[in-house]
Amino acid sequence: MRYLQAFRDRGLVRAVAAAVRAEVQPARRYHLMEFCGGHTHAIARYGLAALLPENVRLIHGPGCPVCVLPIERIDGAIELARTPGVILCSYGDMLRVPGSGRTSLLKTRAAGGDVRMVYSALDAVALAAANPERQVVLFAIGFETTTPPTAVAVLQARAAGLRNFSVFCNHVLTPSAIQSILEAPAVRDLGTVPVDGFIGPAHVSAVIGCRPYEYFAEELQRPVVIAGFEPLDVLQAILMLVRQLNAGRAEVENEYSRAVTRTGNRRAQMLVAGVFELRRAFTWRGLGLVPYSALQLKESFADMDAERRFPLPSRPVPDHPACECGAILRGFKQPAECRLFATACTPDTPIGSCMVSPEGACAAHYAYGRFRALSETAP
Amino acid sequence: MCLAIPMQVVAIGPDGMGTVELGGVRKEVSLILLDEVSVGDHVIVHVGFALSRLDRDEAEATLQMFAEMAAADSAAGQSIAPRNDAPGTLPS
Repeated sequence: MRYLQAFRDRGLVRAVAAAVRAEVQPARRYHLMEFCGGHTHAIARYGLAALLPENVRLIHGPGCPVCVLPIERIDGAIELARTPGVILCSYGDMLRVPGSGRTSLLKTRAAGGDVRMVYSALDAVALAAANPERQVVLFAIGFETTTPPTAVAVLQARAAGLRNFSVFCNHVLTPSAIQSILEAPAVRDLGTVPVDGFIGPAHVSAVIGCRPYEYFAEELQRPVVIAGFEPLDVLQAILMLVRQLNAGRAEVENEYSRAVTRTGNRRAQMLVAGVFELRRAFTWRGLGLVPYSALQLKESFADMDAERRFPLPSRPVPDHPACECGAILRGFKQPAECRLFATACTPDTPIGSCMVSPEGACAAHYAYGRFRALSETAP
Repeated sequence: MCLAIPMQVVAIGPDGMGTVELGGVRKEVSLILLDEVSVGDHVIVHVGFALSRLDRDEAEATLQMFAEMAAADSAAGQSIAPRNDAPGTLPS
């Protein structure tokens, strides 16, 4: 437990927070976006925002793969689960996400669809081997952390000669999303907030390394500090960003050096490169169509692509008209600014995706922050 | 979704699989994404795969830096942790 608990030490958290308060310049603005939902969750759960001076503002980014998946892709998975003979395998995170028409994978299972929650992509391969008469589809979602496991599953299914295994691929890429927040005109038109620096992804960076962020730091003059998901990691990254901004630097720094290197996990990168290729564009909830921001199976694995094997709906589905998930995913609005928040939309009855995943900004604020916010605004 | 935790490798099996442990909980995971791994190593586990090997020297160096900050902070006379609730860790 050493490498978990040690990074949650209360005394050390206070020391780092004191260092941040001591070094922040009162007249300067520090708008820091934590890209990852894992950071959003840690910040809400450990109350880190309350330890920071007022001019250090944390902006929640779009780094929750559950939250950014557009409704039509969830509808696609539900359609697959309703297809006779299909076993749809999904990570647990996706089961309660609402599709269109108030349905979800969980409700589809209750209605007779064969939806299986898997812990590992390899569980889906094992299901395919054990059920040769059924079609097994892996609902593959996630950033660069879950992509190598999907690649391994595809290669193992191919090696085992399984003809009843396919992948509904929804893997998305972190660097293109960060870039799109910073410079895409379409996103600017939708409304954004200025971001002065980024807390960079933890485990995504364990796979891709620090190097892919060097472009933003240089070209867009924004510091990036890669941080682990424990409270001390997040605060230390904030301190490092404050120091960079004070000194006028915009560099990539690595707080999470115990797990992340500059080049990342080369073996995982090679596996991904062998199985996947870039999609020309992919729709993100909240960001719209982002060029080259997602992956699909290569032509040599086309026979395992569920989008080719099954007819899937592709019509775009608008969000609930009152749902502010899109603006919240861009950091433009706070969860409490949505009128559905904690009224119609709660973790038990989520309307928007940010309320479903525990890493979504709304779910994190609902679970840990809303009463603190209320007590602060009370007369 | 990208949450992952450090677990210790307690056994290495065939087909790139291995057993990892945290706080008495054991789990079979794939070690296939790692170049080299030995029993006793800590690895970062995510959706049934070890994504990277935890660098113990780097982890200890980071913790050492935090300890020095805490020491410097107390020396500066700013009480950062009242005695009645330190030492302690935040809930897991």
